[in-house]
Order: sequence, then structure tokens, then C-alpha cells
Amino acid sequence: MSFIEIIKQPWPWYVAGPLIGLTVPVLLIIGNKSFGISSSLRHICAACIPANIPFFKYEWKKEIWNLFFVGGILLGGFVATDLLANPQPVQINQALATELAQYGIANTNGLVPVDVINWSTLFTLKGILIIVVGGVLIGFGTRYAGGCTSGHAIMGLSTLQLPSLIATCCFMLGGFIMANLILPFILQLP
Amino acid sequence: MNNSNQTNTDFEVRSLDAMCVNESTLEHKWYHNFKYLLVGISFGIIFVKAEIVSWFRIQEMFRLQSFHMYGIIGSAVITGIISVWLIKKFNIKTIYGESITFHPKSFNKGQIIGGTLFGLGWAITGACPGPLFAQIGTGASVIIVTLLSAIAGTWLYGYFREKLPH
Repeated sequence: MSFIEIIKQPWPWYVAGPLIGLTVPVLLIIGNKSFGISSSLRHICAACIPANIPFFKYEWKKEIWNLFFVGGILLGGFVATDLLANPQPVQINQALATELAQYGIANTNGLVPVDVINWSTLFTLKGILIIVVGGVLIGFGTRYAGGCTSGHAIMGLSTLQLPSLIATCCFMLGGFIMANLILPFILQLP
Repeated sequence: MNNSNQTNTDFEVRSLDAMCVNESTLEHKWYHNFKYLLVGISFGIIFVKAEIVSWFRIQEMFRLQSFHMYGIIGSAVITGIISVWLIKKFNIKTIYGESITFHPKSFNKGQIIGGTLFGLGWAITGACPGPLFAQIGTGASVIIVTLLSAIAGTWLYGYFREKLPH
């Protein structure tokens, strides 16, 4: 198998995890930056819709590196999909596939479930809950918590911060509640 | 305008975040930011190739049906801990010769309440903020609406901040 064919396979956790962990020292060494992503949402608010709210009145231009970083993530998604696409269908757990099939989610090929997340479901209750309410929870929750999976779970735990451990446990708690107790009802909606 | 006061307030406001406390005093030309774009591109490729941005992988994680995401987060944290330890031990400097600074976070109720709310959103959308950007890059254009909703959520937090328990 050629190098490019190997690259096109899904990357195992023991390759991807350490590479993501290395983002922490790379950002520190190239510019003394603490790894974090959700703050980019705050900088966008500060730049576009500050509305005289004190929380958005700061020199966002000082943090513009973060917007370059997330812009890069978007481009990276494009590169990985268009140039390094995996030719095989995505493998998912059989129990999950069976459960999702009950809710009419048959297409498990992409990275998002196109049967429930697409432009036409956006105008149904199910779509609004998943696409819009889910997004609001991400933005509100991460800022209230002071960080997301990158700022707390990766950067915060790397520097052994107790508040980040508490935040990470709460992320997981919320996730377990949603995936097991609430999401099944949402997915059953027409 | 009182410049020093302004800066202090600004720092306090920004330091409530997990990051966002870039106290580097060096001024660089704007194009220096392209190095962060490159790190971001590599990061986005890893996100997609390791299927971290997959809604299905997130569902598997929260249903304990796969080790994949636990392996990724766990090995990323271990790599991060070792890297930070090495940086501190050998007093490694930035490429500009600055000392690397770390900012201890303080505990507040937001980490519990906000953290749980974010967890709910993470499992429903199958994405945290980083993967939202990557998913849009993969061509899932409707995720732009999720991203705009997340920006709106951040704005709502800023608007109601004074009234929320911290």
C-alpha cells in the first residue's frame, strides 16, 4: 500500500490522539498561545455584534490568531474530504446502527447523519432541536463553562487544572444524559 | 482613555475563559498569523481522518459502544501533560525567545452548569466547537446554521452574564 493510500484510511486513535495533544506545545512554542477553540465564537461576537455588552468589549484583534486557527480547521476539513477521502464506508457499531435505523437513520456513511441533519429537516421540530437548539447549547454552555473540549479537556487537563477536570466531567455528564435519555425522544419526532 | 486601567479590565474579562489570555507583549505583523492557519489545517485534517467530527462516533462514545473517542482524548491529554511538563522542566522558550506562560483557572459554578449544558449540545449535534468548523469544511453546509446558533448562544451568555450564578 502506498503512503497516500495509508493516509486515506481512517486514522486510529493512537495516531490521532497524540497528534492532537501535540497541538498544545506547538501553539505554545510558536506564539505562547493556549489551545482553545470555543473562544473564537466569542471573538466573532466581539467583532460583529458587541452591542455594548461588557463581555464583548475587549480587544478582540489581539486574539485574531484564534480566528486564523479555526479558519484553518475549516480548510483542513475540506482538504481531508476532497483530497484524502476514505474510499470505504464508515464502520459504526452494529448496536448503534440498529438503534438508529428505528429512527429512520439508514445512511450512516457521512460524518453527519444526513437523514436528520440537512436543509429540509431544518424546518421541522426535530431539525430545529438538533441543528439550532444544539448549537445554542454549545455556544452558551462552552462560554458559561469558560472553555470547551479543547480549552478544558485538552489544554486544562494538560496543565493539571482542577476546574478543567470538573468541567470535563460535566461535559461527559451532559453528553450521557442527552445521548441516552433525551436524544431517543428527539429522534422519534417526525 | 485611561490605558492601563483599560488593559487590566480587559485582561480580567478575558481570563475568565479557558484561553484568551494572550499576554505576549510582542507585536507581530499580521501575516505571522498564517502559522496558526497551518496548525488549524493540520488539526482539521486529523479531526476528519480520525472521524472525531463524526456524529456517529460521538453517539458511540456516549453509549459506551466504542473506545475510539476515549482513546483519542486520553492519549491527547497524556501527550499534552508530558509536553507541558517538558516545557516547564527545560524552560523551553517560544520561537521568539519569550518565556512560555501558563494561566491557572479559578473554579466557578459555570464549569458545572455551563459544562453540563455544553455536554447536552455536544451529544445532540455530535460536535463541539472545533468539529463544527471542520464539518462545514467537509461540505455539510447546514452546519453553518449550527455554527451561527452557537455564536448566538455565546452572545446570549454575554447578554445574561451578570444575572447568572458564577
